[in-house]
Amino acid sequence: MSDSADTIENAVVTQHGCPVQDSLGQRVLHASRDQYVSVIKSLADEGYEMCVDLTGVDYLAMPHRTIGFGIQAERFEVVVNLLSLSQRKRIRVRVQVPADDATIPTLFDIHPGTEAHERETFDMFGIVFSGHPDMTRILMPEDWDGHPLRKDYSQGSIPVQFKGANS
Amino acid sequence: MTIVSAGTAEGGQELLSRSELTAKELLREVGSVLRLSETEAALLAEVQTEAPEDQTMIINMGPQHPSTHGVLRLMLELQGETVLRCKPIIGYLHTGMEKTGEALTYMQGGTNVTRMDYLSPLNNELVFSMAVEKLLGIDGDIPERAVWMRMLLSELNRMSSHLLFLATNGMDLGAVSMMLYGWREREDVLRFFQKVTGLRMNHNFIRPGGLAADLPAGWRDDVLAILEGLPSRLEEYDILMTGQPIWRERLQGVGVITAQEAIALGATGPILRSTGVAWDLRRDMPYLRYDELDFDVIVGQYGDAYDRYSIRFNEIRESMRIVYQILERMPSGDFRIQNKKVTPPPRARIDESMEALIHHFKIFTEGFKVPEGEVYEAIESPRGEIGCYIVSDGSSNPYRMHVRAPSFVNIQTMPHMMRGGLVADAVAVISSVDPVLGEVDR
Repeated sequence: MSDSADTIENAVVTQHGCPVQDSLGQRVLHASRDQYVSVIKSLADEGYEMCVDLTGVDYLAMPHRTIGFGIQAERFEVVVNLLSLSQRKRIRVRVQVPADDATIPTLFDIHPGTEAHERETFDMFGIVFSGHPDMTRILMPEDWDGHPLRKDYSQGSIPVQFKGANS
Repeated sequence: MTIVSAGTAEGGQELLSRSELTAKELLREVGSVLRLSETEAALLAEVQTEAPEDQTMIINMGPQHPSTHGVLRLMLELQGETVLRCKPIIGYLHTGMEKTGEALTYMQGGTNVTRMDYLSPLNNELVFSMAVEKLLGIDGDIPERAVWMRMLLSELNRMSSHLLFLATNGMDLGAVSMMLYGWREREDVLRFFQKVTGLRMNHNFIRPGGLAADLPAGWRDDVLAILEGLPSRLEEYDILMTGQPIWRERLQGVGVITAQEAIALGATGPILRSTGVAWDLRRDMPYLRYDELDFDVIVGQYGDAYDRYSIRFNEIRESMRIVYQILERMPSGDFRIQNKKVTPPPRARIDESMEALIHHFKIFTEGFKVPEGEVYEAIESPRGEIGCYIVSDGSSNPYRMHVRAPSFVNIQTMPHMMRGGLVADAVAVISSVDPVLGEVDR
């Protein structure tokens, strides 16, 4: 473990150079986009061998949220849940992704299982995972316009679009 | 195969033919999962790319193939009868349930999540409720009876789900009598659910704060009837399938996956356990009161379809063992938390108290507010780890509600299990993964 918990009160606990937060008893690590892949790699080496989940959140409707640790809150966030089978513990990695450059590197080379999750996150939020071997939609039809889980994509007001249907 | 893509530049989802792929892309697909060194992967790729294009063909299996368990479409690249590559194409049952989840209050959320994995609805409700309770900070105050009732329902649900697996697995492999038996036994459990919750499926019975109602009179006899009727029938299935040479020939050595590959792909549940990794959240990261119960985690050895069949079969027996212990220890008391914030007033109070009526009205129209925060809770569903990630902005609706569906991840192991196998075995592989497409697509 590379934790460097300081004895001083309110000191920021860091792990692999990223601030660690306690969210309702769960360990959350805030990584920047540059650190992202290397942090996941270090965590994998440390024993978090399985990536159980990767998803996104669109914080468009929460513009004034704060994260602390001097991190600039952005519109999108990629949330990665890692699991250590050997040490029986979890950690969550949260990465801020700005709206004007919604790209983030893929984790495919470390955890090939994230392939489908990243496609789903791309499909639902339009976050592009650079280096992903097959960056296509997974749940929506391939000719769909827009990314449904974005907060500015309204519910129920879009006519159903399907290719090849006579309108 | 040409792909007509209109409007967007995201590209087709179909499996591409060999001429459209570079050898490196083919290699990456295989190598990253197997964690091969570059030289090893190159050797493998040589074998793979050797198949000339005019000897291979890409065929569609589904959507709506009789054995694909819902609307799953597989694209298979075949050379003769050998599967060279496979790509599952999903999304045919996508109904935007995560988006719907944002529009429903926490009170209504259960009706939405229960429809995802429709073969184990109570587990979906449980994980959603646990996540909401954690956000509310009441996860430690749930009454004992509610906790044990949740375990009882969760285990019975595991039994009904695995019984249905036995039925569909039998059907897919030509043991049609097993299909009828499996559905018959599952129906016994569903009848009990109907008596308790009012519905056979999609119960919305486990809710944030506890359960919707107490167990009905005579529930103990009903559970005992299920538990006493099942063992002799399970022995029949052992004779019908487990020991039967044709059954073993169809499953043994088919769809093999190693522990390393399963972990790399994020597979959980019976698929991970079939490779010899003893990982069960009920034992390894206990929730509810599973740490007070005595049960075994069933583990396989070879990682093949036969191991996955045997694991699910024996998990029915383990669940029965757990249910017996729950029957012995079921405490009395409240079936939901007595916290005015999340609990509606009892029906009898509404007739006599104006405040109770207003409270009842407000809790069902506006819902209750949940403090800001984000949480991920995970439990062991019959198919593996089902997780619920909720972000709350302090209102009465989740800001974001994501369900980590075990089938969605497990289905990604199929290409790997099918590689190099026969088309006929593809059906055995699909069946042994036991995907629920409602949960895959959400």
